[in-house]
Amino acid sequence: MKRESIVPAACAAVTYTVLCHPHHHTVFIVLTDGPGNKDDITRSKNEGKELSKEEKQRLRKQKKQQKKQKERKNEKSETEKEKTPVSLLPPPRPVATQKAPSALPAPASAPIPVPASAPFHSSPAPSPADKPAKSKAELKAERRARQETDRAAKQPGSSSSGIKTKVPLSELNPVVKRLPEHVQVDDPAVVKRLAKKLERQQIPLRSDYGYKVSLFSHLHQYSRKAPLTQQLSIPSTVIHPSIVRLGLQYSQGIVAGSNARSVALLHAFKQVIRDYTTPPNEELSRDLVNKLKPYISFLNQCRPLSASMGNAIKYIKKEISNIPSQCKEEEAKTKLLTCIDRYIEEKIVLAAKAISKYAIEKISDGDVILVYGCSSLVNNILCEAFEKSRKFRVIVVDSRPRLEGREALRRLVQRGISCTYVLISALSYILPEVSKVFLGAHALLANGYVMSRVGTSQIALVARTFNVPVLVCCETYKFCEKVQTDSFVSNELDDPDDLMVTRKGKTQLENWQDVSSLGLLNLVYDVTPPDFVDLVITDLGMIPCTSVPVVLRVKNLDQ
Amino acid sequence: QLEQELVEYFRTQVRQDPEVPSAVAAIRTLLEFLKRDQTGETILGLRENLTQTIRRLEEADSSVAVSSGGELFLRFISLTSLEHPDLSQCKKVMVERGELFLKKISLSRSKVAKLCHTFIKDGAKILTHSSSRVVLKVLESAAADKKRFTVYVTESQPDSAGQMADKLQNLNIPVTVVLDAAVGYIMEKVDLVIVGAEGVVESGGIINKIGTYQLAVCSKAHNKPFYVVAESFKFVRLYPLNQQDVPERFKYKADTLKAVEDLAEEHPMIDYTPPSLITLLFTDLGVLTPSAVSDELIKLYL
Repeated sequence: MKRESIVPAACAAVTYTVLCHPHHHTVFIVLTDGPGNKDDITRSKNEGKELSKEEKQRLRKQKKQQKKQKERKNEKSETEKEKTPVSLLPPPRPVATQKAPSALPAPASAPIPVPASAPFHSSPAPSPADKPAKSKAELKAERRARQETDRAAKQPGSSSSGIKTKVPLSELNPVVKRLPEHVQVDDPAVVKRLAKKLERQQIPLRSDYGYKVSLFSHLHQYSRKAPLTQQLSIPSTVIHPSIVRLGLQYSQGIVAGSNARSVALLHAFKQVIRDYTTPPNEELSRDLVNKLKPYISFLNQCRPLSASMGNAIKYIKKEISNIPSQCKEEEAKTKLLTCIDRYIEEKIVLAAKAISKYAIEKISDGDVILVYGCSSLVNNILCEAFEKSRKFRVIVVDSRPRLEGREALRRLVQRGISCTYVLISALSYILPEVSKVFLGAHALLANGYVMSRVGTSQIALVARTFNVPVLVCCETYKFCEKVQTDSFVSNELDDPDDLMVTRKGKTQLENWQDVSSLGLLNLVYDVTPPDFVDLVITDLGMIPCTSVPVVLRVKNLDQ
Repeated sequence: QLEQELVEYFRTQVRQDPEVPSAVAAIRTLLEFLKRDQTGETILGLRENLTQTIRRLEEADSSVAVSSGGELFLRFISLTSLEHPDLSQCKKVMVERGELFLKKISLSRSKVAKLCHTFIKDGAKILTHSSSRVVLKVLESAAADKKRFTVYVTESQPDSAGQMADKLQNLNIPVTVVLDAAVGYIMEKVDLVIVGAEGVVESGGIINKIGTYQLAVCSKAHNKPFYVVAESFKFVRLYPLNQQDVPERFKYKADTLKAVEDLAEEHPMIDYTPPSLITLLFTDLGVLTPSAVSDELIKLYL
């Protein structure tokens, strides 16, 4: 069964020969369409008229021809690997961009799935002979991907209804923003697309684990006991070892926390760049970006990328593609390494110093400060304030299952700050004592909402009722262009087994999988509206929460 | 000493023209300083001297407006210094621009009045607090527009600002003076509340004569619009989180700060109104919502 969709743009006039593919038991007719007919079709399409039946059929046949041609070419270069059928070489077309916090390439959709008769090979470790052809194939894959996104923009219409629906060209020209795939896990088409993309990049697909609560069934849920690295062959020729290590550190929670993850990512990328050599006939600026894409997919599979990591990746990709082509490789590599070092220094280290400077103004003697979880920035601020001999005490609020507050408590007590430790259920009990609340953030969204560890919005809400000022500390590199008003649309689901706890030798939820009506939900992030936040302290200064889009605009002007 | 002269100059300015905003007087004084200053050799030195003068002026008059005016002038100075490396030429340009700036801001009050008086409907009952020259200007232009309205003025202790009532009577506007404590009582009768501001802070809130905060709370409870009229040179780079967070040097009169040992005994003269209680701010930059104030400040300072 083949699914098809119509190619909207003008096709290059090509003459075709008879193809009798050994794997497919169909023969295609010679189709040498004169340019006149083709122009007719394109003209009618441009005018937005519905194609007549014959014209549609003709188009379909043309497409199939070109696909077969492509396949033959690929078959010659690669012997084992089964290639999904390619569509025709597109003329310059509008590239559909995809707004995703992780800068993933647009997933390639296969309108015509692999025919059932053909054997399905997937080689996790391709033979070395395939490598040079692979780079060309990857370029082709990208072109395909771009095309598929354009086609996929109309796909929901065509796949749901049996008839071919046609979208006039004008609708495709504006940038098509699609939902990122990681919030569409319950849509099988999207999952299939993702699987195909990962297969192409030779990264194993991580399967979801356990029963998902229906409200969050559109998100991935992985088990920590099955890290992605188990499915890789060691040594992996596709993924750089430092990236593999990083992925494992992410998925096991060894490296956790927004800043820590970004810094670890940047260091791993530095190692990748150091070990990189440009293959012959390739440009560093384009090839390195392509090399990074499978790494990013891999890391995304290990643990979904955070907003700060997304911004860091965007920056690196921009820097790499801005390398002039006449630049020598060594020079380019050192330039990139210094760029990354400078990014870390400016956006993270110096920003933390600037934020501490502003925040210390807000801490007065005799203050009782409430913090939640473990934010590296907030801990930094409190330690600095203590060094500047401000007299205050801290209340650390913690929550299961991560119990990150214990780490914060350890750090603060080591410095000599007097601390109190409570669980989040005791929040309304201690809030009357509190004079200020300091919160860290995972990301600041474009509409002023604060995305942070789950439980933060609860603290902000209760603090508001007690009239306690809430201060959020966030560096500007965590500001992202996303807009979200609730915590359901885009979130992260952690391993549900973390919720099981063993007390007095008994594990209550041990067999939760057997109970069909029971689902465990372990959310990682939540979203706080700006009315609950009194002040945001960034490296640019103190701003109200509603001014985040202004900062984004100013930042974009600078760039 | 030059600084003493300047403080005298400032005081005479305020005395001679009671209509002039204190920030404008401060800027005028600083401009005088620029003209008279002979000792400055470097731009950094000039800046230091200016900062000293501003501090001296703040001691003379501790209102927020002096502080904001001074800071604005300083910022404007630092911008000029980037363009002209030569000191004497720089000074000349500064003085020129300073005069231009002064001219612009002396017109700001009428700009505000022009924007605001259209919000006063015919037959409206207005409540205002203490004596504000900007509000007076607004009411004047509304009266000139042949609108009929009545005004309720609070008595505004500790320094009762009854002069507002007299001035309004001179304009033939029916006016009633109410006690500060009667604000809640009168709120159901009024249609809108207009107050001036001594300073507009980064969050969009205002610092004004004490009693403004409860006026704002009452108007919010009764769903009456709470309008603030302020010129743009009153925008100040403060961000108070609550009443306690307002710096002490603004809360009390300059003489009190110098004379008294334990400030906890003294009664503060100003309070802070958070942006959530303010409907709109009328400035010479336009009609702004409280969240747009931060936008303007970022444009101005960052």
